[in-house]
Order: sequence, then C-alpha cells, then structure tokens
Amino acid sequence: MSAVMEGRAEGPTLRQRLAARGIDGATLLVLPCVALILGLFIYPFLYGLVLSFQPKDGSLFGNYARFFSDPFLYGTIFKTLRLAFPVTLLNLLIAIPIAFRVRLMRRQRLLTTLLVLPITLGTVLVAEGMLFYFGPQGWFNRILMAAGLLSSPVSVLNGYWGVFISLVLTGFPFTFLLTLSYVTGIDPSLENAAATLGAGPAARFREVFLPLLVPGLAITFCLSFVQAYSVLPSAVLVGDPANATRVISIAAYQAAFEEYDYSMASAIAMIMGAVQLLVVVAVLGCRSLFYRGPAAGAKG
Amino acid sequence: MTVGPATFKQLHLQGVRREFDAFTALKGLDLTIERGEFIALLGPSGCGKTTALNCIAGLLPVSGGRIMLDDRRVDVLRPEERGFGMVFQNYALFPHMTVRKNIGFGLRMRGVPKPELEKRVDAALAAVRLESQAGKLPGQLSGGQQQRVAIARAIVVEPPLVLMDEPLSNLDAKLRLEMRQEIRRIHQSLGSTTIYVTHDQEEALSLADRIVVLRDGAIRQVGTPAELYALPAHLDVADFMGFRNRVNGELVGMEGEDALLDIEGTVIRGRMRAASSGRAAVAAIRPDDLEPTGTDSGIPVRVEAVEYRGRGFHGVGVTASGTELHFASPYPLQRGAAVRLGADAGRVLVFGDAR
Repeated sequence: MSAVMEGRAEGPTLRQRLAARGIDGATLLVLPCVALILGLFIYPFLYGLVLSFQPKDGSLFGNYARFFSDPFLYGTIFKTLRLAFPVTLLNLLIAIPIAFRVRLMRRQRLLTTLLVLPITLGTVLVAEGMLFYFGPQGWFNRILMAAGLLSSPVSVLNGYWGVFISLVLTGFPFTFLLTLSYVTGIDPSLENAAATLGAGPAARFREVFLPLLVPGLAITFCLSFVQAYSVLPSAVLVGDPANATRVISIAAYQAAFEEYDYSMASAIAMIMGAVQLLVVVAVLGCRSLFYRGPAAGAKG
Repeated sequence: MTVGPATFKQLHLQGVRREFDAFTALKGLDLTIERGEFIALLGPSGCGKTTALNCIAGLLPVSGGRIMLDDRRVDVLRPEERGFGMVFQNYALFPHMTVRKNIGFGLRMRGVPKPELEKRVDAALAAVRLESQAGKLPGQLSGGQQQRVAIARAIVVEPPLVLMDEPLSNLDAKLRLEMRQEIRRIHQSLGSTTIYVTHDQEEALSLADRIVVLRDGAIRQVGTPAELYALPAHLDVADFMGFRNRVNGELVGMEGEDALLDIEGTVIRGRMRAASSGRAAVAAIRPDDLEPTGTDSGIPVRVEAVEYRGRGFHGVGVTASGTELHFASPYPLQRGAAVRLGADAGRVLVFGDAR
C-alpha cells in the first residue's frame, strides 16, 4: 500500500491543479475580450483621467475647479438629470404593464421585432421623424387644430419636451425588452399558487411579482438611465441645446471641438461618468435590500 | 374577499370539457366526489389528468360543462374565489419568503388576524414536522422539505378541497415512500377532501379511497384500489395496473364464469372482462401470477432471461410464435430451458375486442 502511495507522491500535476480551480484551455478564449476591454475601455479611460488633470492653466484641479464654479457648466449635470431620470422612470413604468400583458401572448417575436426597430434606427432618424411629425405643418399640430383643440401650432420641439419624447421613443424598446425578459423569467406557477391561496391580481403583483422583479428592474433602470444620461443627438436636433436641454455631453462636445480643450472635455467626461456611477451605485445599493435568488418555485 | 365555504357534501363534475385549439384535452368528465374522500386521478402523461385538476382549481377555464360544490357553481369563479388548496408539481414556493411566510400567505390573504395566523402557521409547521426550518428560505431546503412546505401552505387555510398535482414525482424513491405516508396521515387527520393526480399506480393504490383512471381525456374506470387492482374493466386499465403480459388468443368456449382461451394450442381459463364480437381476445396476466406449472399443462416457453429478485426469480420466456411472457419462479431456471407457464383462472383476465 505505502509503496503505491510513494509512487504517486508528486501529487496532481500543474494542469490538474489549475483545472481544479476552473482554469483550463478554454479559459484562454477570454483573452480577446480582455484585450478589447483593455484597449477600448481601460486605456482610453485612464488616458482621459490623466488628461483631465493636465489643464491649460497648469494646475492639477483647474478643470474641475472651472467646471464647478461656472453655472453654465455645472448646471448641465442637473439639466441632464432632469431629463434622464423622469424619462427612465416613465419608460420603466410603461414597460412593466405592457410586459405583463405581452408575456401571455403567443406572437411575441413579431412584437419584439417591431420594438427592436427604433433601436436600430438610432436617435438621429427618430429625431428627424419627430421634426416632421411635431413640426408646424406636421400631423400632430394639424390634427389638434382640425379638432379645434388648438388655434395655432404649438412648438413641442426645440425644448425640454422634444428631447423628452425622443428619449422615451428611443429608450423604451430597450427598457421594455429587458423588463420583458425579467417578467417572463418568473415561474408562472408562482402566480397560480398565489391565486389558489386567495390572492387577487393586485395582491399577486404586490406580494409575488414585484419583490421578485425589483432586482431586475433596478438593473434595467441603471442601464436605461446611463443611456439616457449620455443623450447628445436629440438634445441638439429636437431640443434647445443652448438652454433647457444643454446636457452634459453638449458641454463636453463644446469643450473638445469648439474650444479644442481636450483636457477640459476629459474632465467633463469624468464628471459625467461619476454622476452616472453615483446613481447606479445608489440604485443597486437599494436592490440589495431585496431577495435576489432565482425566481423559480423550487430547485430542479 | 369571498372565499368558498369551509365544507361541502359533494363535488360534482358535470360534463367538464377542455379544448386547446383543435385538441380536446378533456372529453366531458362526469364525476361525483364525496366529502372526505381521497381521489386519485391516474393515467399516463397526456391523458388530461393535470388539465382536469387545473380546471377544478380554476387555473384553466373550462370549455364546457359545470363544476358544482353541492348546489353552488364554482367553475365560473376565479381561483382566488374558490378557496381550494393546491400543491404543485414543482411546489411553486415563493422563493423570496421564508418558510413561515410561505405557509402564512394564504391566511394573510384571507385577512386572518396576526395572533391567530401565527398559531395556525405553528400548527401547520408541526403537522409537517418543519418547526426548525421556519426561518429559512425555500432555496435552503431539500426537495422533501420543500414538498412538506408546499403541503403545509395548501392545508393551513383548511380548504374544503386539496388538489395535488404529482407532488411526489420530483423526489427520490425513499422520500417518495415517506411522503406518501405523510400525505395519507395529513389527509386523515384533517378530514379534508383530496384530489391527487399521479401517473404512478402504486401511489394511487396506496393513497386513494377511489381511483379514477383517465385515458385520452375520458374516464376509463372508477373504483376502489382493490376493484381496480383485481378487476380492471379495460385492457389499458389492466396495463396500468401491472398486467404486463398480454397474449392474443382465440375464444373456444365458456364454462360458467370462466372463458376458455386457446393460446397457441394451449387452452387456459380466465375471467371474461370485456365481451368479444368475434373469437379474438386478449389474456392479461401479471408477471407475479404466472408461474412454471411443473406439469405438462400450461403455455410452453423457452426461457430467455432470469433475474434474481430477492424473494424469487423473475423470468422472461418466449412462446413458439415469439410472444414474450414475464413470469415469476420460486426456483432458478437455466437460460434456454423449456418450461410451461400457468396461472389461476381468477388471475387471468380475458378482454374481447369490443372495448
């Protein structure tokens, strides 16, 4: 017995020990992704971060000091929040009831295809469509005037509401598809169980669906919010880019390509990222108060 | 919220139909269930047993017919208004609630005051012997424990009717036996009425007061376990009740109650269960009832395989025409040996082609 043991005294090979920790040949497939992330995200991010601390005036925090002392600049944070927050919330609130209806439908694929279209069209095309639709000679004003509800065309565009509508249009499909995937991920037998136990539709939503959905909805909110917060094209095309919809990305754009101050632009981009991060962390922090396990009725 | 009455005398299914597009899952079910009965709906998968249960629970609307609780029509009520308890095949425990909250859910929905709720949840926890697990989430429990929570959650509201949809199918063999006794014990101690869906004849036989055998969306036979076990009315019910041997033969005469059936030149006696229009008939025999005769009467077979089964041996023989017969033997047999097999006339069921 002991002789046999001694013969194998070296123990498992390096390969076996790595495999025991989940590292094997297939792990190498991760390298291209790592390279992409390093090259296209980490490096530019660090470059920008360093650049933001090298302002034209030579001081370390010059850019940040300038940003937070100029209301025309720091105001953009709140102008963007004023757009992104309600838009994301509204999209989520519309998406939930529709997702609950759609989960019971059979032709989901057709609907999802229709909904993906606005994503592929992009914000510019949507903004262009809005320019025609909501313009003085567009359908919107013509119908309201023909119905006698308006005496002269209203200008929805070139202001807060233009960007708001554009963001809802382009953001909704994304929010909806994410929400739908979370809603359909909940085992339907849980609803049946709640029903047989005497819970009406409202109670089933409140007691079963909502608690199980909150973590997913929080992630949906974060992703949708980040998208809305970085709005640029529609803020320019259908908004009022000098005042009401002077969002933070416009400030960054102007710094970079009108003042040619890349250092300042980087600083604004960093501030923008920090604000997004703050909101995301806050939302995900609240998420941890809820149950986050699998939304199924039982294990296998 | 109006929840059904705590008690009733009879549950009537009157011509209950259910169609899915072109497919008819239930072809008009007629059944009366007495209060306190334990009814098993037994059948192969796709026979409509789960559909029937879901129709009774209100999770599926019926396409036709009525479900009556005494003289109160319930098929028009929503599931939350019927007040029946249901145990799901996958348990359907709320994953975000503790065991205690899961069990208390139904009481809370009924607006039971907190002190009483706690008392009843404690009693239910004790009934399924899960007191020590009350604070855990379902994901932290084993399959058998989850099953017990599901049962406790359904019975704590003291429903007039408890519906169980293959509750033991996800458990291993040993646990299945334990839970079977548990379910029977709980049913007896509460005196509730239970409808239990299963495809396992052993489960149905051991649990039920009456068994309803379903096939292709229609009732094939209703009877006590003893009736169904000894005298299935149809060949497919017999098939389900463990009559594994089915041999084609020719009716050659009757002697009192007994039919004489010619099987490949050997005449055997059996009980006539379904009439035949011509002479063709099928004999159904359980493997345990078919044994080597040790004489020169009986169906001659060549032994193909023999398995040791602890108390005896299980043999597989092949007749001259190639029909496989499963039989029991108290002593070992050599592969390739020639034996003759026979069974008591009372243990052989003869089914004509008129089904």
